[in-house]
Amino acid sequence: MLLFSVILVTWSCKEKTESTISEVIKEPITEKFLPIPIFNFETLEDAYFNKEDGSTYVINFWATWCKPCVKELPAFEKLNENYKEQGIKVVLVSLDFPEKIKTGVVPFIEKHQLLSEVVLLDDPDANTWIPKVSEAWSGAIPATLIIKDGKKVFFEKSFTYEELETEIKAITQ
Amino acid sequence: MKRSILKKWLVLEVVALALIVVGSFSFTNTSEAPASDGYTIGDAATDFNLKNVDGKMVSLSHYKDAKGFIVIFTCNTCPYAVASEDRIIALDKEFKSKGFPVIAINPNNPEVQPDDTFEKMQQKVNEKGFTFPYLYDDSSSIYAEYGAKKTPHVYLLQKEKGKNIVKYIGAIDDNVRNGAAVKDRFLANAVNELLQGKEVTVKETKAIGCSIKV
Repeated sequence: MLLFSVILVTWSCKEKTESTISEVIKEPITEKFLPIPIFNFETLEDAYFNKEDGSTYVINFWATWCKPCVKELPAFEKLNENYKEQGIKVVLVSLDFPEKIKTGVVPFIEKHQLLSEVVLLDDPDANTWIPKVSEAWSGAIPATLIIKDGKKVFFEKSFTYEELETEIKAITQ
Repeated sequence: MKRSILKKWLVLEVVALALIVVGSFSFTNTSEAPASDGYTIGDAATDFNLKNVDGKMVSLSHYKDAKGFIVIFTCNTCPYAVASEDRIIALDKEFKSKGFPVIAINPNNPEVQPDDTFEKMQQKVNEKGFTFPYLYDDSSSIYAEYGAKKTPHVYLLQKEKGKNIVKYIGAIDDNVRNGAAVKDRFLANAVNELLQGKEVTVKETKAIGCSIKV
């Protein structure tokens, strides 16, 4: 139900891909990976940015067609695997176009067996939401935001696992 | 590796020079931006001499009658760049005759991004019928000097006393994915303001783009 309302919010600012999205939701390819939650920026912010629950949120902005993003995904997957018991939550925020969920994102998740949480951000008004992620962000991906109890650090760069681990230790200590 | 060190050194040199020049004129700008940040509004943009898809070299100085330029760093395959192609063509048609032609520059290194070779740029131009130069930033130095971080990334320049002054940096409009849903044409508005002799109201905007591959 929550997911449905998220999608409804998304619908209100979109028209062209509306039918594609509803089609995707009605005809999931695999139960395991679908539906992928679709957020606009406001709902994404509510879901992950402002939680003060002691968890550390590692929010990575990526897309299936973005080569440096794909290259660094294993580092995020490894972080998720190694640190999930310690309150680290990896959220992979896909900026793939919503009409590509079925043909791009889901097959990608299956192929790479991604275990981190994957969500789709569908919010065309990037000029408004990019500065809310970070004033320092040019808008290029990959980009990563690490949040813990209101403290935020932002990176417009590619990560190795070791670099991610260093940043996690810095913010959690 | 060597190439990138040399490039960084070159960029540092250019930026250091630019800082000295800017510093000697500016009394209010005390921000300590990192050296790699490139131009800000009001900076004089460098001219370049880059190869167009037709094999001819193109420089801003060749455009004697232009009032300014819409310089767009873009590439062949980035989905955001592809989604912007028709709009870039339309912008050139709208503003070339008014003195603000589009100059597109591909900053990507084809060794890193194989879809961005010079030959594929030529194919793109043939397929899409680009009405503007599509230049190859061979040394990947121009994008760095401008401070472009992604494709597409727009720099609007206006000629003032022989210099090309940066008047707007950022996105084409407020919906990079879908031209039909655009509500605010940031770049076109800025050009129109310059044409009316006004100051640009919205000087900088952000959009998602593909990181530049070098």
